[in-house]
Amino acid sequence: MKKAILISCCLFLISILHAQDKFFTKTGQLHFDATTKSSPTTIEGKHKSVVAVLDIKTGNLQFSILMKSFLFKQALMEEHFNENYVESDKYPKCEFKGLVLNNADVNYGKDGSYNAKVKGTLMMHGVTKEIETTGKVIIKEGKPQLKAIFSITLTDYNISIPNLVSDEISKIATIDLDCSLEPLKK
Amino acid sequence: MKKFVALFILAVLLNITLWAQEDLLSQLKPDSTKKEYVKSAFKSPRVIMSHSIEFLNPGTMDFRILHRFGTLDQGYKNFYGLDQASMRLGFDFGIKRNLMVGVGRSTYKKEVDVYAKYAPLQQTTDDKMPVTVALVSGMTMNTSPWDDPTRKNFFTSRLGYYFQALVGRKINSKLTLQVAPTLVHTNLVATDFQSNDVFALGVGGRYKVSKRIAITCDYYHNFNGLTEGVNYDPLSVGVDIETGGHVFQLHFSNATGMNERAFINETYGRWGKGEIRWGFNLSRIFQIAKRKENSW
Repeated sequence: MKKAILISCCLFLISILHAQDKFFTKTGQLHFDATTKSSPTTIEGKHKSVVAVLDIKTGNLQFSILMKSFLFKQALMEEHFNENYVESDKYPKCEFKGLVLNNADVNYGKDGSYNAKVKGTLMMHGVTKEIETTGKVIIKEGKPQLKAIFSITLTDYNISIPNLVSDEISKIATIDLDCSLEPLKK
Repeated sequence: MKKFVALFILAVLLNITLWAQEDLLSQLKPDSTKKEYVKSAFKSPRVIMSHSIEFLNPGTMDFRILHRFGTLDQGYKNFYGLDQASMRLGFDFGIKRNLMVGVGRSTYKKEVDVYAKYAPLQQTTDDKMPVTVALVSGMTMNTSPWDDPTRKNFFTSRLGYYFQALVGRKINSKLTLQVAPTLVHTNLVATDFQSNDVFALGVGGRYKVSKRIAITCDYYHNFNGLTEGVNYDPLSVGVDIETGGHVFQLHFSNATGMNERAFINETYGRWGKGEIRWGFNLSRIFQIAKRKENSW
């Protein structure tokens, strides 16, 4: 009888502890570049409100990006990005759901920089694809910062580049991600 | 005892749900949704000849070259009208999300025109505001030599004005429609029986057939400015083609004039008689001011 109460209490405690294992941000930064070598202008966009959640116990990692919030130097480029390329009215969000594969190697309790292998599915423009990349988890004052540079092939996500601009816009976009996470309180 | 069993099961379940591949994103509190305005109702701030409910982005300049050739019914001797061309050169500026101004000069009557377009109401994505209402106020100045230099001519006789309310809605991602009640005032008209104030109602729309191509139509009904057998309602039908930096508006029209005063009052061609003209508008947008909200 007493054991049952004790175990129940322990389990409750564990579930409460779990709730504090999550870190998040709504102001993550992302930059992409799809400029070809021959292009006279740079084709790049910036995002300042990437949403990210990381569960440090399980290594569960998820990102959500509102496509409309990409910023461009040229207003027209922004319009074309939303209207003609990613069709942000139809596909408003890009989402990544995955895992830090080597989560056990990251000591979240100790400051430092750790290499991380991440694998998961990226959903963009109505297409879901498996991706795998490496990045860094930097722990500072108990808070993780996620950094990664990787590239995606736009045609994989049915984002076609017309021949007319194919010498300006690269089919491969390089993505630079930087998210500083804060503890998620319930 | 039963109570504790229940408690125990509850505690186990609570842990299982936590360990499962949970949807982390859904645990974040959703942000309050910001009001968002509908964009890209038209590919360009003009339907074909008429103003559209679309505005230029702030800090951009639209350099517009409008061509209208001669009438098709002239046959091969005049290359179906291509031997003659009338044009308007224009610069439009986006100042605010809902404010733009422009200036242009047409070869027809050597007319200079300026305008300002302002939208007090703009369609929002949540449909709380279902339409965009834009007001246009413009002025034209005829700079050609006086018809009769022997009489006393006044500078004001060169001027005309137009006032317009555009009410339109992007109905879905493909279809946009607008109506445009318009008043054109001309200070000096050619004959007694012509009215200085002409009322007209414009109807315009576009239908996107692909990401970069749209079919457009632009028509004005002139209520009190038509003289039988002389002038007619202007109708233009065209295709918008967007090629990255440029928008080409290829069209057929029975109007020569390329400002509101000219095409509403002085459209002399009839569609039924082949008195239509082939034309194209070329629009090139330049970013002339750095974008504030986008600090790099």
